[in-house]
Amino acid sequence: MATETLTLGKALNTGLRRALETDPKVIIMGEDVGKLGGVFRITDGLQKDFGDQRVIDTPLAESGIIGTAVGLAIRGYRPVCEIQFDGFVYPAYDQIVSQVAKMHYRSGGRLSIPMVIRIPFGGGIGAVEHHSESPEAYFAHTAGLKVVTCSNPQDAYVMIQQAIASDDPIVFLEPKRRYWEKGQVDLDAPLSDAYPLHSARVVRPGTDVTLLAYGPMVRTCLEAATAAAEDGRELEVIDLRSLSPLDLAAAYESVKRTGRAVVVHEAPSNIGLGAELAARITEECFYSLESPVLRVTGFDTPYPAARVEEEYLPDLDRVLDAVDRTFGW
Amino acid sequence: MAKGDPGGTTRSRRAAPRSKKGAAGDPELVQLLTPEGERIDSATGPDGTEYRVDFTDEEYRGLYRDLVLVRKLDAEATALQRQGELGLWASLLGQEAAQVGSGRALRAQDMAFPTYREHGVLYCRGIDPIMPLGLFRGVDQGGWDPNEFKFNMYTIVIGAQTLHATGYAMGITMDGKVGTDDGEAAIAYFGDGATSQGDVNEAFVWASVFNAPLVFFCQNNQYAISEPLERQTRVPLYQRAAGFGFPGVRVDGNDVLASYAVTRTALDNARHGQGPSLIEAYTYRMGAHTTSDDPTRYRIASEVESWQAKDPIIRVKAFLEKQQIADTTFFAEVDEQARRESVHLRERVLSMPNPEPVTMFDHVYPNGSPLLDQQRAQFNRYMESFEGSAH
Repeated sequence: MATETLTLGKALNTGLRRALETDPKVIIMGEDVGKLGGVFRITDGLQKDFGDQRVIDTPLAESGIIGTAVGLAIRGYRPVCEIQFDGFVYPAYDQIVSQVAKMHYRSGGRLSIPMVIRIPFGGGIGAVEHHSESPEAYFAHTAGLKVVTCSNPQDAYVMIQQAIASDDPIVFLEPKRRYWEKGQVDLDAPLSDAYPLHSARVVRPGTDVTLLAYGPMVRTCLEAATAAAEDGRELEVIDLRSLSPLDLAAAYESVKRTGRAVVVHEAPSNIGLGAELAARITEECFYSLESPVLRVTGFDTPYPAARVEEEYLPDLDRVLDAVDRTFGW
Repeated sequence: MAKGDPGGTTRSRRAAPRSKKGAAGDPELVQLLTPEGERIDSATGPDGTEYRVDFTDEEYRGLYRDLVLVRKLDAEATALQRQGELGLWASLLGQEAAQVGSGRALRAQDMAFPTYREHGVLYCRGIDPIMPLGLFRGVDQGGWDPNEFKFNMYTIVIGAQTLHATGYAMGITMDGKVGTDDGEAAIAYFGDGATSQGDVNEAFVWASVFNAPLVFFCQNNQYAISEPLERQTRVPLYQRAAGFGFPGVRVDGNDVLASYAVTRTALDNARHGQGPSLIEAYTYRMGAHTTSDDPTRYRIASEVESWQAKDPIIRVKAFLEKQQIADTTFFAEVDEQARRESVHLRERVLSMPNPEPVTMFDHVYPNGSPLLDQQRAQFNRYMESFEGSAH
């Protein structure tokens, strides 16, 4: 078994390379994905090895990236589009929501758009405005799209390949603040045996409170669980991985045991994923709940200036504060 | 008329003598058949390209038949909407020549990306005219497999399909299907209003820098619902192409021969690797934007009358009569075919069943969704709860 230590970014790069090797119809397109290898170097070296017909530097126009990718998909290609930053996806929003998401439905199932839209998302890197946003709810709200996000290098390597192999259009959110974090990646395990793309995973078992998180907040929750354990509280941490469709079987089972649930995400709370999760958990686990489902999220402001983002973003202390509050009911 | 290979030329940068720079009265307009039915041997586009057609009598009669059939089927759909059988209809009345001319210029391997008004192009592709009517009747989403018919689904979001066409054309290049006579090309249909959309301008940029084998076919029918051309542009639309680095030409969109000639030339240039071009088919929407619109609120009768005199069908009929290419028997036979086909269309529209409500859950995802399956099951249980009740 070839296991290597890779950063999350390198794991994505390796997964993309594997996808390009596996299927000649896979193409990568986006701004600066060629020679530069992307602003985060996720496509580093791919154009050199696969050519500029398969790793395409596009004009600087996000709607153009997604709209032409639709046409390429109709032609039989499997485009993997990179949107450079979360805050730059909105010019492509119409193409994503009205075209990519609906083509299969409108065609009565005759046409598929097997597209992956990669978006580095979330804050924590001290960036200027429009570079730290968490737009997942916009896409999870849209029927016809699937939305996934990875939290560690192993998942990054596998999930990007699974997303590319899927015939569904998938928004693939990459936790940019975790790009440089390292982990063990099994490079040889066959994709067919991999953990299913749209399944959540318990990443730390516990008995007292269930933490639900995804992407960059999984690590934050794991750190909170470690800290809580020192105080004698065992937190169960679930990495949702798939934001649309949600896979909540493990969450329901967990909350029925713990009686307490806290949802953690960077995105603002209002009408966010946390609201949906709270509603579903309440519906399914009503008689087991010892407290309402609580949310720890970004605030309902535009993403603030970088020097205050640490206060904006959920951190270990805010997660533990919410855990404490679940015992106050 | 679908057969054969008459007309069109590859681009030639021939200098003087020019047969005819545009049409009389409008030097910018490529025209091969005047509103009075006079044939013009050849016309020269702004870049020196000479356009001509050389049809057989049978092919001329075929074009006439297409025009009449397309108009009749369109009128039938309008009538069906007025009678409550369609929820909406976007009539092509007045634009038959632009659509039949360009539609017949497509070769079998070419791919078209329509708006929601390209019923004439659809007809020329050999597609059953019933196919898009489910959309307008509200019994389905109007979908088909674009690759099966070489004709994408109707696109209602203005201009979005021009990017799809551009990507598709990039794929043609990536597949190595350009550079020969049997190469492929794509054509993107859109209107004058769409030229203000970001997507259309992005498509121009992309097609240009990737040298995509693509024809942008803009039917300038003078109005975007109520807004006149002056609200979209200060320059003639075909001139926009120059700024993006590819040729543009304005053709008399009410002249089926000229529409054919410029489109065939542009498509053949594209398939031979000469890149994109823009055709502005100068025409007029004789009817409303859709059946929900009232054009008397924003345009005057005399303007409509002036375009009536440029009708795309009358001029072909006049030409056929003058040249003794067709006689009254032929015209009567075409009318009878049109009547028959429209009756047949009507019967089939009326017999379109309403979909089962639960089918709304179908085809959201190629691989399905467990949550959606749950919702569908809940919906079924809810619906079944009424079984046997009076409600």
